Amino acid sequence: MLSSWPILSIVTFLPLLGVLFILLASGKNKSSEHNCKMLAIWVSSFTFVVSLLLYLGFDNSIVGYQFEEQFEWISGSGISYHLGVDGISMPFILLSTFLTPLSILASWYSIKQRIREFMIAFLVLETMMVGMFASLDMMMFYLFFEGVLIPMFLIIGIWGGPRRVYAAFKFFLFTLAGSVLMLVCIMFMYLKAGTTDIPILSKFNLLPEYQFWLFIGFFASFAVKVPMWPVHTWLPDAHVEAPTAGSMILAGVLLKMGGYGFIRFSLPMFPDASVYFAPFIFTLSVIAIIYTSFVALAQTDMKKLIAYSSVAHMGFVTIGIFTLNQQGITGAMFQMISHGLISAALFFCVGIVYDRLHTREIDAYGGVADIMPNYAVFFMIMMLASVGLPGTSGFVGEILVLVGAYKSSSSLAFFAATGLVLGATYMLWLYRRVVFGRAEKSEIMRMPVLNNREIGILLPLTIFVIWFGIFPAPLLDVLNPVVALLSETVSNAQIATASLE
Amino acid sequence: MLFTQITFQAALPEYILALTALGLVLMAAFSGSTNSAKRFIKLTALVGYLLAFASIFVLPSESHSIYFGLFRINNFLIYMKAIVLIGAFFACWMVTSDWADGVEKPEYQVLIMLATLGMLLMISANDLISLYMGLELQSLPLYVIAAMHTRSLKSSEAGLKYFLLGALSSGMLLYGASLVYGYTGFTRFDDISSFISQNVASSGIIVGVVFMLSGLAFKISAAPFHMWTPDVYEGAPTPVTALFAITPKVAAITLLMNVTYFVFSDIRFEWMQVIIALSVASMIIGAFGAIMQKDLKRMMAYSSIAHMGYALAGLASGTHQGAAGVMIYLTTYVFMSAGAFSIILMMRRDGLPVQKLSDLSGLSSTHPYWSFGLMIFMFSMAGIPPLAGFFAKWYVFLAAVNSGLIPLAIIGVLTSVVGAFYYLRIIKLMYFEDVDQPLDEGAPTENVIILSLSIIVTVLFLFIIGPLREWSHGISQTFPVSGML
Repeated sequence: MLSSWPILSIVTFLPLLGVLFILLASGKNKSSEHNCKMLAIWVSSFTFVVSLLLYLGFDNSIVGYQFEEQFEWISGSGISYHLGVDGISMPFILLSTFLTPLSILASWYSIKQRIREFMIAFLVLETMMVGMFASLDMMMFYLFFEGVLIPMFLIIGIWGGPRRVYAAFKFFLFTLAGSVLMLVCIMFMYLKAGTTDIPILSKFNLLPEYQFWLFIGFFASFAVKVPMWPVHTWLPDAHVEAPTAGSMILAGVLLKMGGYGFIRFSLPMFPDASVYFAPFIFTLSVIAIIYTSFVALAQTDMKKLIAYSSVAHMGFVTIGIFTLNQQGITGAMFQMISHGLISAALFFCVGIVYDRLHTREIDAYGGVADIMPNYAVFFMIMMLASVGLPGTSGFVGEILVLVGAYKSSSSLAFFAATGLVLGATYMLWLYRRVVFGRAEKSEIMRMPVLNNREIGILLPLTIFVIWFGIFPAPLLDVLNPVVALLSETVSNAQIATASLE
Repeated sequence: MLFTQITFQAALPEYILALTALGLVLMAAFSGSTNSAKRFIKLTALVGYLLAFASIFVLPSESHSIYFGLFRINNFLIYMKAIVLIGAFFACWMVTSDWADGVEKPEYQVLIMLATLGMLLMISANDLISLYMGLELQSLPLYVIAAMHTRSLKSSEAGLKYFLLGALSSGMLLYGASLVYGYTGFTRFDDISSFISQNVASSGIIVGVVFMLSGLAFKISAAPFHMWTPDVYEGAPTPVTALFAITPKVAAITLLMNVTYFVFSDIRFEWMQVIIALSVASMIIGAFGAIMQKDLKRMMAYSSIAHMGYALAGLASGTHQGAAGVMIYLTTYVFMSAGAFSIILMMRRDGLPVQKLSDLSGLSSTHPYWSFGLMIFMFSMAGIPPLAGFFAKWYVFLAAVNSGLIPLAIIGVLTSVVGAFYYLRIIKLMYFEDVDQPLDEGAPTENVIILSLSIIVTVLFLFIIGPLREWSHGISQTFPVSGML
């Protein structure tokens, strides 16, 4: 019964329908602004509920795509409207639909001007994100992948901090510069294969010399999105200037688009090149992990610190993906989902104190635990999850990546593990400086405790972080069949390369 | 037979425009200069364009060559004529009666109608003589209307500059044409084409082709023949700039395509070099030149140079696919430019038109609809999906990649990133900055309709692209190319 409904299309375009309703609720007075907020939260929550059907109806035993929908779009040219999910994309869709209502709720009072436009931008953003993960056609994928830039550019630029213009431009131009090279590669593949259909292209054998160049083109795009060192510099700027909700989505979902791209395109379509380039990517990732960890240690701005920690964590993800074995890729996927939850929560934690004190300087805080005990607990759980404490989702991802990395090379595992230690250092230090100590400043003494809205945002995130930490099976079961097939494809290429040599 | 039914039927839009233009001359001479008379003249002109557009649908669907081979139509050319007529209709309709830059004079309508007639003849040219005739019929009225605002020094300068450089380029074109004639002995395109396919092309012909291409490159303002564009765009009255931006380029690029694809298709490896060089130069100069501009119209001038560079990238492929790509590109270009200029035309402060970039600051808080529209056009011109400009770029670069011109495509997409910078700057001004001095409220209905229509086309282009692609690929096959790749 469920399968007869185009659930993926509904999940993708429901937020756009919400935009239409918001456009109808015109007017500039307080009540219409409130209506916009209510509409946005209801639409995005309903989208989340609908997207749960994807999880409920998902059959773990099927390796291929489910909930497929295919219609003619640009007829006779091999480009079609093709949606579908497998174990790789389904968790990301849920992550996007889950984080969007929370982010809207997070910006309930902190966005004071142009509320209507903000809600519109956010709902458009949701459509783009979900559509990107659901696309099974490269043309559609690119449409959504790039389309994300429009709402995000506006979110950073209109509702951001003092240097928002610089940050928005940097974000947009960095990402665009990477993506256009991918576009040329998509054109090339389209001309070779005659279609942009992802399932067909995944089985299409490209000559290794083509793979080499195509891999570089796709890499340019995804490396900027992940972001990998040395093209990560847009991320701290974008995070610091973006409003809280923007940071939550940026860290929670948008960074994952790069990792998703590697898994969806680079590995199955260019297996030989992936094997060839793996050491190069390991090098960049290790540099990212260690270098950005040190940079994070030196930060005085809370958001910037967490932004750099994101770069380090995404370094783990790229290592995991390019170990090309089952543990590594599963770990990378798990790490992405877990980091999506944790970083969104951490950015929201910063947002909470920022709303009260209007500064993100670490030195301005201290002794928050006395004043806001609930906050200290939530922040601690998230901080420890980010560090990778057993019992939290962060641990599962990191241990799997490390096992995968160890299988690949022990020195790689050693360097990656160093990153874990450094990560613990800067996070614990951040926590000590903000939360512990004696609350001396009068502004801090006056900070109100967490309200229900804030608890309502943090609680679901915390539940999932701990749940996946203790019982990761629901997610792993979804991932395993696809990842097994994927790592098999790539290892065949590995064997083929080895036998050639 | 000189006059048969087919000779009349095939050139119907041209006849309609010519007769309407003559009628307008009479009306302009005998009517007073009252507002109602001006309105009536504008209305007549609009009806003329509409009739001409409607007559497109009764044109014969097979290819025809009439008037002793001077004039040729096929479905591809008809499509381009339709685009030109839509653009001309917009450009004529956008001029509201309270514009006092000289364009309120009745002569203005007569001149742009004659220019449009010239464009249609250019598109259908099938002989070096008719090519030159069409080109000059198009150019001369444009020289005049660029200088239409007689009290403005800049407008006079623009007209003079345009005229001098235009005359130079026409001279180059003529010289090239005379070389081609001298070495082949023919003026008809079919004859030249078959002569070249049967004989080895001598260097004289190639020199002639290069000169002809240079002359045509001037008309589409491709770099390095773009020098006039920023000054003319800036100096000419805004309605005239809008016209310049929208229609003549479509006609000139069609002519260029006619010449390269049809007449000289057997020496394509020679002209491809020239087109590639023009394309690369235009994309780079268009992208980098616009960065420093403070004047909105100057910026649009550089933007149009860049757009011509992209369109030429499709042309450089030398395939039917490239022809289809150019068709799609020009279609989106007409709507995006018309929409953007409909907003620039509405920008006034205290009743006076303004055109500085800084005048846009904070536009989103005072004029949300205009700024939304301009934002859409800017994202679209930057080639951001899912808007129209993305699909246009996709099809021209796809054709280029298919012909093995991958470096050209890479340069193209990279310059589009540079281009994105200045398009984003406009969005930044409108959305990220506070309002300085608000622009006037109130907008003419015509402009709002054109704006809305262009927004709809630009945003919903992803629904149109399917049929348009199929159709454009179909009719680009009617392009008679001898010995195609």
